[in-house]
Amino acid sequence: MSDPTRAEPRTAPRDSPRIEVDGLTMAFDDFVVQRDVSFQVPTGDIFVIMGASGCGKSTLLKHMIGLVEPAAGDILYDGKSFTAADAEGRAVMSRRFGVLFQSGALWSSMTLAENVSVPLSQYTRLTRDEIAELVSLKLALVGLAGFEDYYPSEISGGMRKRAGLARAIALDPDILFFDEPSAGLDPLSSRRLDDLILELRDSLGATVVIVSHELASIFAIADNSVFLDAESRTAIDGGDPKSLRDHSAHPAVREFLTRGEPRT
Amino acid sequence: MTAAIRRNGTPGDDPGKGPGDGAAHALETRVGADGRLTLALSGDWRVRHGLATTSAVDAVLDRDGSIRLVVCEDGGLRSWDSALVGYLLRVKDLCADRGIAFDTGNLPAGVARLMALARAVPVKEDAARGDTARSLPERLGQAVLDGWRELDQAVSFLGEIVLGLGRMMVGRARFRRVDFLMAVEDAGARGLPIITIVSLLVGLTVAFVGAIQLKQFGADIYVANLVGLAMTREMASLMTAIVLAGRTGAAYAAQLGTMQGNEEIDALSTIGISPIDFLVLPRVLALALMMPLLFVYSCFLGLLGGYIVGTSMLGLSGPAYVLQTQYALTMNDFWVGFVKSIVFGMLVAYAGAYRGMRAGRSAQAVGVAATSAVVTSIVLIIVVDALFAVMTNLLGI
Repeated sequence: MSDPTRAEPRTAPRDSPRIEVDGLTMAFDDFVVQRDVSFQVPTGDIFVIMGASGCGKSTLLKHMIGLVEPAAGDILYDGKSFTAADAEGRAVMSRRFGVLFQSGALWSSMTLAENVSVPLSQYTRLTRDEIAELVSLKLALVGLAGFEDYYPSEISGGMRKRAGLARAIALDPDILFFDEPSAGLDPLSSRRLDDLILELRDSLGATVVIVSHELASIFAIADNSVFLDAESRTAIDGGDPKSLRDHSAHPAVREFLTRGEPRT
Repeated sequence: MTAAIRRNGTPGDDPGKGPGDGAAHALETRVGADGRLTLALSGDWRVRHGLATTSAVDAVLDRDGSIRLVVCEDGGLRSWDSALVGYLLRVKDLCADRGIAFDTGNLPAGVARLMALARAVPVKEDAARGDTARSLPERLGQAVLDGWRELDQAVSFLGEIVLGLGRMMVGRARFRRVDFLMAVEDAGARGLPIITIVSLLVGLTVAFVGAIQLKQFGADIYVANLVGLAMTREMASLMTAIVLAGRTGAAYAAQLGTMQGNEEIDALSTIGISPIDFLVLPRVLALALMMPLLFVYSCFLGLLGGYIVGTSMLGLSGPAYVLQTQYALTMNDFWVGFVKSIVFGMLVAYAGAYRGMRAGRSAQAVGVAATSAVVTSIVLIIVVDALFAVMTNLLGI
């Protein structure tokens, strides 16, 4: 009774990379966004994709979750190629993903509870009451207990984002993807979302990939990172953002991580 | 120490199976002498195995009133997810109801943290909303009030358009010429193919239906009168209006509705440009201008349809058919249709713009706006057409 969606126990050895991006080239027709990007994300890490606006951060995320096809290179999850997998194999792999889109991407014709219940009713055989219980649990985890019957248009942007997170963790994913989680949030809400991401990583044991250019958030939560350079169109550096800020060999990376202000 | 041991598996859990065959979760309850109930959890507590019920714990607590503390214990827990967290939260609530202390014991730290997180923000009590049943008079009253407000808004919107037209007359309304020209092209030139098909077929159909009756008393030639009058006075303006309601009116509602959702209309208002002038006027003008042209085109094709049936099926000579049509029609018949088509054009643009500007801010609302734009247009067209029929009759035109 092997289930490919849940083959690994949560206590997978930390040293095996959960995600490998190998020589990835992203391009739209003739326009190359980024060339030859390679990095690894260890299991349980919070990994940040950094870079200036327009350098292809979100595009990289879209490649990783299979929304866009790579021009060259490969993406591997637990050593299995995602790029080479057929539609069936990809569906099985992406069931382990939870994705939070930039503005939440909640389905506007459904209540919050219905939004969160869609993946559950699609991929589990739970009864309606059981789904309702799990939905309430997920909404409670993101601090939205009691908002089950609200429509996305009736709540604030920060709440929409948290509701999107509740939907992303509906199936207890192994890998969470966040596209600009703090965009459009006030500093306190952004900080609370960071805490929530940390808490979910620690308790669920999930691997987290975040696209971000919010320095405060990057330094607060990232274990590891990759820096995409808009000039040279490739990943020029990677590692712990705090040490990159102080010791990166590339001036562009140091400048980005210090907002171009001279360090005192 | 151990007073009672009880095993509890999930309903589908076959006792013959070993722990490795995917037998889901299992629970052992031990009641200690010091009023302590230990829950030993083992196996896979996963959502895909279904959720556990708390009935076993409930039964033990019911039986033994001396229990003061419930402690969980890792009795061989292989894997877990929300299913375990949800289960333990329910057990905790059960304990809280009876005033019993609850402790997650030596379960993985993540379980306790998630439980704490789920209860960190209290349930917003006033947020929940139930369906309050309302009585018939109340619902009827609400419907009347809603209808009145709707009418009020519709008339106000019409007034805003008229004011906008007034501003345009004195050259103070601001819209981009290119928007107007695009609306003209879209409503006019791009509408020609479908107008061609519909008008030609309507002309053919009217001629066929008329021919069958008129042939019975040898009045074949009057097919020309029938087709001519029907097309110019009624069918041409009605058919073009209905086609444009579906084609252009719905598109207006969807465009403006989407702009509403993206806050584009708010953006116009904030920089001091009237959305009515900027977005609605070019569309209303374009349709008011194009509809009469399409009407003339539609008339011609309708007459052509009649001519085809008359000459090929009824054996009438071409010149005789044309002469009979000239004899049957007066310029008044043409003007009635022409004026109607201008009014219909404005109605279609008005209904589309009104529904679009009043659309809600969701994907679904845009669909609702497009649908109701078509329905509103067609209802308005039919009503106004009936008014025209009564008026022209009274005036003897």
